[in-house]
Amino acid sequence: MNIVTWLNLVDLLVCLVVIISAIGAAVHRNLLAATVFAGVVSLAISFLFLRLAAPDVAMTEAAIGAGLSTVIFLIAVRRTEEVEGKDQ
Amino acid sequence: MKQIISIIAIVTIGFVLWQLVPIAMPSGFGAVTHHYVADGLKDNGGSNLVTSIVVNYRGFDTLGEVTVLFLSVSGAAFVLRRRSGLEVQEPVPASEIVQTGARMLFAPIVVFGAYIFVHGHLTPGGGFQGGAVIASGVLLLLLANRDRALPHGLLSWVESLSGFGFVLAGLAGLIVAGSFLANKGVLPLGQWNRLVSAGVIPIIYILIGLKVGSELSVLLDVMVHAAGDEEAN
Repeated sequence: MNIVTWLNLVDLLVCLVVIISAIGAAVHRNLLAATVFAGVVSLAISFLFLRLAAPDVAMTEAAIGAGLSTVIFLIAVRRTEEVEGKDQ
Repeated sequence: MKQIISIIAIVTIGFVLWQLVPIAMPSGFGAVTHHYVADGLKDNGGSNLVTSIVVNYRGFDTLGEVTVLFLSVSGAAFVLRRRSGLEVQEPVPASEIVQTGARMLFAPIVVFGAYIFVHGHLTPGGGFQGGAVIASGVLLLLLANRDRALPHGLLSWVESLSGFGFVLAGLAGLIVAGSFLANKGVLPLGQWNRLVSAGVIPIIYILIGLKVGSELSVLLDVMVHAAGDEEAN
């Protein structure tokens, strides 16, 4: 197997990580875990941007999507309800 | 039930978007794209073509983006300042490791962020990325020491002056070269791939970096300290 095939396999794995983490972020009852899942989605997508030769977008996605917005969501979740639909 | 409806909505929207892709993205590139790729270097002198497009050809959009970011940070600060009635948790002091690490890492992170936006016209990255990196350094500082107050007056001056400078650079293009945010003719383009080159693009990206960095820092400060303000009231 040459290097291109390996990289394609890695791309497929990262795509799977994106899909699974996105589903996890949508369905997880614990909002802290859901936020971390959303951060993983951003990090994996930034790797895909890098593979698609868009380093500028990859840097934005990693710094803002995976870094700052995850932290801002975490702060917001800590200051509100940690579990979705507790009062229902 | 709510989840089933959301899943149906997501699948429907996804299907519609999938059908729209061939319409929205024609297979060939248009004349505008060809012009950017062929003449971008000649027009702007920057080796990072993405920066040439973002700051020069689409500079007006970037001005709009910066304004949107400013408005959202102002809105968040406004809402969080006036929020009351939330349960306030006693802030747990950060461990010695986090405090020492934050003290050691803050300066390198800020220098790295500044490097990203100063070299925006040469290497990948630019004002938004560099500003976000600087804000993450500020976040580390805030996490290590919850009592630390950022100099809000200084940050809002930096933010306002850099926004003002962005518009001034655009007006300079309007006066000298005949169109808002024009690059060619305002400043010499210089030698390719040097730090001082590409006309006004590095100046604008440095201003954007300062603006985005100070805005995001203020946003993080407001988020982290919103509980602390209620304790004081």
